Amino acid sequence: CSALRPNRNNNIFLNTDLENQFKAFREKAADAMPGSDWTPFEKNRSLPPERADIVIVGGGVVGWSIAYWLKQKEMIRDGVRVLVVERDPTYSQASTVLSAGGIRQQFSLPENIHLSMISADFMRNINEHLSVLNEDPVDLQFNHSGYLFLASEKVAHIMEENYRTQRYAGAKVSLLSTTQLKEKCPWINTDGVVLASYGLENEGWFDPWMLLNAFRRKAISMGVYQCFGEVTGFRYTTNTMTTAEGDTVDFRRIKYANVQMPNSLEYQPVECAIVVNAAGAFSGKVAEMMGIGLGLKDTIAGIPLPVEPRKRFIYVVHCPNGPGLDTPFLVDYSGVYFRREGLGGNYIAGMSPEEEEEPETNNLEVDHQFFQKIWPHLAHRVPAFECLKVTSAWAGFYDYNTFDQNGIVGMHPLVNNMFFATGFSGHGLQHSPAVGRAMAELILDGGFKTLDLSAFSFKRIMTKEPMLERNIV
Amino acid sequence: MASRFPILCICLSPFSLSMFCVSVCQLMQRSCRQVTLLAAPSRYWSSIPVAPPSLQPRLLLFLSQRFHDIETILSWSSWFKNRGLRQKNFFYGYTQQNYGDNIAAAYYILSLKGGFRFAGQSEWFRSDRRGKFNWDFMNHRDTSIEEVDVSNTLINYTGLENLVKQRGLCTLSVSGCAEVDDWFLSRLHIFQDTLEELDISNCPRISVGGLAALQKLRGLRRLDVSSLPRLQNPGLVAILLEEMLPHCHVTAIGYDHSLIYSHTQTDG
Repeated sequence: CSALRPNRNNNIFLNTDLENQFKAFREKAADAMPGSDWTPFEKNRSLPPERADIVIVGGGVVGWSIAYWLKQKEMIRDGVRVLVVERDPTYSQASTVLSAGGIRQQFSLPENIHLSMISADFMRNINEHLSVLNEDPVDLQFNHSGYLFLASEKVAHIMEENYRTQRYAGAKVSLLSTTQLKEKCPWINTDGVVLASYGLENEGWFDPWMLLNAFRRKAISMGVYQCFGEVTGFRYTTNTMTTAEGDTVDFRRIKYANVQMPNSLEYQPVECAIVVNAAGAFSGKVAEMMGIGLGLKDTIAGIPLPVEPRKRFIYVVHCPNGPGLDTPFLVDYSGVYFRREGLGGNYIAGMSPEEEEEPETNNLEVDHQFFQKIWPHLAHRVPAFECLKVTSAWAGFYDYNTFDQNGIVGMHPLVNNMFFATGFSGHGLQHSPAVGRAMAELILDGGFKTLDLSAFSFKRIMTKEPMLERNIV
Repeated sequence: MASRFPILCICLSPFSLSMFCVSVCQLMQRSCRQVTLLAAPSRYWSSIPVAPPSLQPRLLLFLSQRFHDIETILSWSSWFKNRGLRQKNFFYGYTQQNYGDNIAAAYYILSLKGGFRFAGQSEWFRSDRRGKFNWDFMNHRDTSIEEVDVSNTLINYTGLENLVKQRGLCTLSVSGCAEVDDWFLSRLHIFQDTLEELDISNCPRISVGGLAALQKLRGLRRLDVSSLPRLQNPGLVAILLEEMLPHCHVTAIGYDHSLIYSHTQTDG
């Protein structure tokens, strides 16, 4: 091996070759002791480990839920090394913490209903699952006020069909006529409402930050590695095969995920076996790093991941004479929703804008003029809201699936070891415990065991058969 | 947080067996991973300032934070407690199949050391302190239960499944039950037409979110929400409950409504 030659200044420690030689020595030592992280030299502690079995891109509630369930399901202690990479330690732009935090079973697809029911069961027994010895118990501050959907004449038949699907799946929902609605909620103006659907159990809202921290604390106590950094690229091998017609198809396998440190050019290539894309609103960018969507237009390689960020606003209003403790999470047929916040007469309200009026997504600035579109609908539905005052507002991203507004769960046909758990379009938080378990089963057991989410696979995007959810908010 | 590696404590002689325990602990860790409840369920009172705990819990906390095997042994004890709770609240499916819903519900209440009264009768069936009870209730297969008193028992959400078939239930008292939480209250909508009196005082796990679920009980006439430790604003909550249930009389005693707290700092 090359000797340490002193340089012209007669000081070997200024020799830049020394760093490379130390690195070569480290790599040789690592090869001699496979699977071990031990290094005699101090590295930058904020770097992720050099080797991990499963790298989860995205530290939101879905990412941490997958990390927890992977550790929960491993057969032997330290069986899988899981690394969760999150770009922003303050979670300032993460959809999880900016969410309204509602959970409901009133969907039109049975898979969505089952996901919500399983997640509600998980949250009911959350201390059995996620409590850590000698730490405080998890308190989600779950408000069991239920969701109330209102339907006009045009959509009443859809609501009835959805009610049948929901009851068949086991959700506890009840339909209310106009008179029953007026009796239950005297503060509602039932003008234009023909039918209402109210969730009796397992519906309401909770604190998303508490759920995220509960998953994170429990996963870290079980040995999940956490790294704050951004995945900027992948190193992969390509296997080119030709079809019967003579077209070439590239199958890619990720070998390394490059994790770049915040505010620095330093990056660590993490050698990994499986990468899970749970990056939420930014999953499209992560998928592009693997070349998904950058192929020829008519091939599978040309189909991009149809997830893009969509900005949604939530306004906090104060109304002293508003509805009281029994306010459900009310969703009107015009798209406006509101719910009670606390006990002091505060409510949060929002509306999904039309396709043509989608706001810009390069920042999280709030458009206060948009509230002028929400207010008339609110005041029409609840006359007490005619005199309200907007106290505050915030904006967050939906990981909007432009194809059919439902999640994408499963593997990609062309990238052999990348899994997706994204595109939930506003339902990621309420489905996160169930999706985490399904992904862990898919990765560790090879298939879905408790809940079959194969309807949410990438296949429907390739065959262009959308599974539309009729009841999105 | 305890270290990931089992640390042999050589200095303390009472734990000289830990070298043997380590391998056993590692084996048992897998099965106990499923349920790890807290060793201190009384933390729910943590918003009220309490005196520092005595020597033994502090010593256990210190040891469990330093030694992995102590942590495992403590998590076993909470696992056993949880298992005991689940066994108390099993679904009495066999009894339901063979003797009917009413007998199953009656047997469940008596095994919890609670009491009940059948519809149309005036005497209560109770089990005494040692768990013994009169088996006469087996003669009334077809009478449903009208009043249930399971105060100071271990009833929880899964145990309530045994009572859901009693659609004529008028009075329910779960005062002082440590396992009754908001999800239990949200399940009470089953009795929405007939329940007239509900007593949930002294339940340490109930908070405002669960009280909001009581809106579905339209037939409720008397509600007792006294001395709920987790309520931050008891006076306001009592007023909001009265607004929410206009025909119901709400009792909320046992709170300190004074404007000046007794443990304030001397100046701002």
